Amino acid sequence: MTLITAANLGQPDDVYAALLAAHRGLTADQQAALNARLILILMNHIGDPQVLGAALELAKETP
Amino acid sequence: MAFDYSPYPYVPPPGLTAPEPRHKVAIIGAGPIGLALAVELANHGVASVVLDDNNVVSVGSRAICWSKRSLEILDRLGVGETCLAKGVTWKVGRTFHRDKEVFNFDLLPEDGHKMPAFINLQQYYVEEFLVARAQALGVDLRWKNKVTDVVQGADHARLTVQTPDGPYHLDADWVIACDGARSPVRTMMGLEFDGELFEERFLIADIEMQADFPSERWFWFEPGFHNGQSALLHKQPDNIYRIDLQLGWNTDPEVEKQPERIIPRIEKVVGHANFKLDWTSIYTFQCRRLKKFVHDRVIFVGDSAHVVSPFGARGGNGGLQDVDALGWRLAAVVMQKAKPALLAAYDQERCFGADENLLNSSRATRFMSPSEGAERLFRDAVLALAGKAAFARPMVNSGRLSRPCAYPLTGADDPALPMSARPGMVAPDAPLAQGWLSESLRGQMVILALNCPAPQIGITALQPEVTPLLAQRYLGQAAQALYLIRPDQVVAARWISPQANQIQAANRAVWEGH
Repeated sequence: MTLITAANLGQPDDVYAALLAAHRGLTADQQAALNARLILILMNHIGDPQVLGAALELAKETP
Repeated sequence: MAFDYSPYPYVPPPGLTAPEPRHKVAIIGAGPIGLALAVELANHGVASVVLDDNNVVSVGSRAICWSKRSLEILDRLGVGETCLAKGVTWKVGRTFHRDKEVFNFDLLPEDGHKMPAFINLQQYYVEEFLVARAQALGVDLRWKNKVTDVVQGADHARLTVQTPDGPYHLDADWVIACDGARSPVRTMMGLEFDGELFEERFLIADIEMQADFPSERWFWFEPGFHNGQSALLHKQPDNIYRIDLQLGWNTDPEVEKQPERIIPRIEKVVGHANFKLDWTSIYTFQCRRLKKFVHDRVIFVGDSAHVVSPFGARGGNGGLQDVDALGWRLAAVVMQKAKPALLAAYDQERCFGADENLLNSSRATRFMSPSEGAERLFRDAVLALAGKAAFARPMVNSGRLSRPCAYPLTGADDPALPMSARPGMVAPDAPLAQGWLSESLRGQMVILALNCPAPQIGITALQPEVTPLLAQRYLGQAAQALYLIRPDQVVAARWISPQANQIQAANRAVWEGH
């Protein structure tokens, strides 16, 4: 598997709104904790160390 | 009951009154590692002198968790069954977050091994058994003999040794520094550790009490009884329990050492005050090692060569694996069956083993004691998720317990044979018609020939009846196989159907250190 960087979400506006909604009403610390849990859940779902490595690289090289 | 520390007698050494005879091997330090090496060498027919600055066994339980591999090594040394009989056998570890179990592991889920996954046994017992064994084998044990100087010569090292009756010199072809984490020999030689120090302190306490905790390892993250820090409980023989409590870096060890500070903390763990404090200590976390372990005629073994933070039981067990990798090679060099270059293989293999131990311990330390920021954020996220989602549980890291490492050997291999017995692995144990396979692989090269003839090439051959367990662990789907197994029970090479010259070449490679 390679990391998918082309558009892959059917309803990007809905998913983005759900992400924001999950953070609403939380303090900055709570938001950070939520994101940490989310990252771990998604990493497990992806499950492929190569894809995760490429995702980490993309995240790191993006200013 | 508390342990009876009877001192061993100091006997004035010959070097005080006449020139000390030249020794083949001098071992500095009569801890578990130095003693184990002396016994291992004696089993190979090599005499050694052991110099220790003290005259009692370990004060305090110190290393308590002895792994299956260590028990197999101790068994070869002649004290494995004694340790097993005295120790508390366990194999299950449970990890709790607050009051809920979030992860557990079973370290030996299969039967058919002589030794269990782990026993808990105070270091002083292991030392006591090893001392008795060393004495029975005629090892020259010298108590109250403190090495104060080491000078390397061309083919030996010269030690200056201080005794209650004054100093003397001792020359040895090989000097083995088994003098622990604070190794004075390392300091005398101006050698430095490389690696990490963590800003974390733990209190360890041995308490004596009547209780019925199961024979398991229990680890808590943020338990209600210890205010957001970590705690560990282990059962030892003699109604002694080991409790480890995280203190954090902003504590004063001198204050925390006081019984009036410790006792209330322990009361909160066990829920009552009906116990006796037996021994306490405070330690900091380090994950560091020497760049190399062989320095001309001085060889570092155990904690003098590498230190890890605890919780993986990788200190004492790692040290015994050093002994395992060095003993047969050093014996061969001393007996001129191999060239000193063979010792480079000890250096390579155990630097590799130490790195694996350091990697595992530093990861566990980061989980247990995360720095502020992302480390803490993700640690807490893993713990929070572990209660809800199975995937997070294996990420909970309260220490990954010592396992023998798979050395990256280049010996012949046939990938059709089972992975768990490939070259570089310790040959898996299995029951034989009489006794155990591990008992038959001792001290010499062995050819294990399963369902095939063993060529007569001067190597001891073992041809047991192939039981289903032997077939499972050594054959897989293959009809037959031949294994070449080193004196330390590590598989050197294996084939399904080899020629005699292939086995001979693999044997030569072992003795040349390849």
